Amino acid sequence: MRLTLNIWRQKSPVDKGRMVPYTLDNVSEHMSFLEMLDVLNEQLITKGEEPIAFDHDCREGICGSCGFVINGVAHGPRRGTTVCQLHMRSFNDNDELFLEPWRAAAFPVLKDLIVNRSSFDRIIGAGGYISAPTGSAPDGNAILVPKPESDMAMSAAGCIGCGACVAACPNASAALFTSAKIAHLGLLPQGQPERHSRALHMVAQAHEEGFGNCTNIGECEAVCPKGIQLENIARMNRDFLTGAVLYRDPQAEAGAG
Amino acid sequence: MTSPASPIARTLRFYEAPIGKKAVMALSGLVLVAFVLGHMLGNLQLYLPPGPDGKHALDAYAEALQHNAPLLWGARAVLTLSVLAHILSALQLAQLKIAARPIPYVRHTPIASTYASRTMYWSGPIVLAFLIYHLLHFTTGQAHPNFQPLQVRANVINGFSVWYVSLFYIAAMAMLSTHLYHGVWSMFQSLGLAHPAYTPKLKLGAKAFAVLIAAGNISMPLAVLTGLVK
Ligand code: HEM
Ligand code: FES
Repeated sequence: MRLTLNIWRQKSPVDKGRMVPYTLDNVSEHMSFLEMLDVLNEQLITKGEEPIAFDHDCREGICGSCGFVINGVAHGPRRGTTVCQLHMRSFNDNDELFLEPWRAAAFPVLKDLIVNRSSFDRIIGAGGYISAPTGSAPDGNAILVPKPESDMAMSAAGCIGCGACVAACPNASAALFTSAKIAHLGLLPQGQPERHSRALHMVAQAHEEGFGNCTNIGECEAVCPKGIQLENIARMNRDFLTGAVLYRDPQAEAGAG
Repeated sequence: MTSPASPIARTLRFYEAPIGKKAVMALSGLVLVAFVLGHMLGNLQLYLPPGPDGKHALDAYAEALQHNAPLLWGARAVLTLSVLAHILSALQLAQLKIAARPIPYVRHTPIASTYASRTMYWSGPIVLAFLIYHLLHFTTGQAHPNFQPLQVRANVINGFSVWYVSLFYIAAMAMLSTHLYHGVWSMFQSLGLAHPAYTPKLKLGAKAFAVLIAAGNISMPLAVLTGLVK
């Protein structure tokens, strides 16, 4: 098939950037979207032009590296699929496609379709962990986890941190990502000690990074390649609100070292 | 030694976070939703026949409210505070929204959200504009051609007899209904209340509520225009 591709080209973080049109012939429907871009890049290199920069690693839909917006939809038209797992059979001959990077103040463009997602790492750093004793491994099943909670935590843990939720959100909110991490840890017994401080700190960090605020419209859930659900956002709100209301300053009068 | 958090510090910290602002928006929205329902039910007395003393139900109701100063001014105070809190948080969250995406998409295709949910920052201010006009029209009378204090029924009928005024009311109620179509459910989600067993029913209930509010309120200008209420 033959495609017209309008791709965001931006040399560096400070370059203004613009959409550049390309045409590509003989695209096989069996190619993945990234393989299609590989073919385009080989042609650009042969012509002595700069290839299009895009993030990728596993190409198996599990690492969260890849992702850009195709015709206004993060990760393109197939639900529950990252661009590396999207195949050209999802498109038609003579389609015109617009490829743009995730757009958010907290995701500055590094080059072409690559954005800097360190803001997500800093949100994790603010509280996306549990404190566990080091030493010998605990006995399996020493801590009981009810099945429904285990299922919900596993679903939330499916988040690969690709950033599609932010890209699709009209507010560029990181609510789905942040809430997936908060729910994943906060649902399990091991995550209880930091449950409220985690929500307070991670939410504050997301704000600090310049992400917008959730308006519950649900575009994030629809584009999420891992099916992370909006219910997690309610859980985050609940943990945050109870954490904020019940907050106590540390009182070290007794038991201080 | 650390001092315990003062109530003011606590409140500020709560409100500083976007989720805190959203909670304020949800709680103030809840007050306004309750008012919108009560207000509509009160006004639907337009359709009731006059009592044995010849007084119309709507006028008697208005008089009872006017003569209950604590209720009247209490309600006005709570509503004013709610409207101010709702608008303040809306403005601050709108600022955040604008700053969060400085460069727009060339193509942006919504795939799951409702029209109502995407236009909250439009339907809200339109409702506000309507609210101001509505108060000048039926409460204080400056925007009414023939306003008589406490003659609510007559004021309503005279007011709605002007077709373009009625049209504006109908359009504004459609906007309010759009706002509620998303808002009434969103309120619960913002406060952290979601559950797969209840959320779908809640969403349905919110939509039904929005449609009922629109239908009830729009029926009144229509009834006057068509001559059903004279
Ligand atoms: C009778 C009047 C109104 C009622 C009953 C009402 C009700 C609501 C409710 C229930 C919500 C949902 C809160 C949440 O998602 O947590 C909401 C959100 C909102 N309202 Fe209102 N509102 C009214 C008037 C206004 C006005 C006058 C404005 C603007 C100046 C406004 C702007 C907004 C905005 C921007 C949102 C946020 C939407 C979002 O975050 O999804 N509303 N409203
Ligand atoms: S490259 Fe790893 S998820 Fe797409």
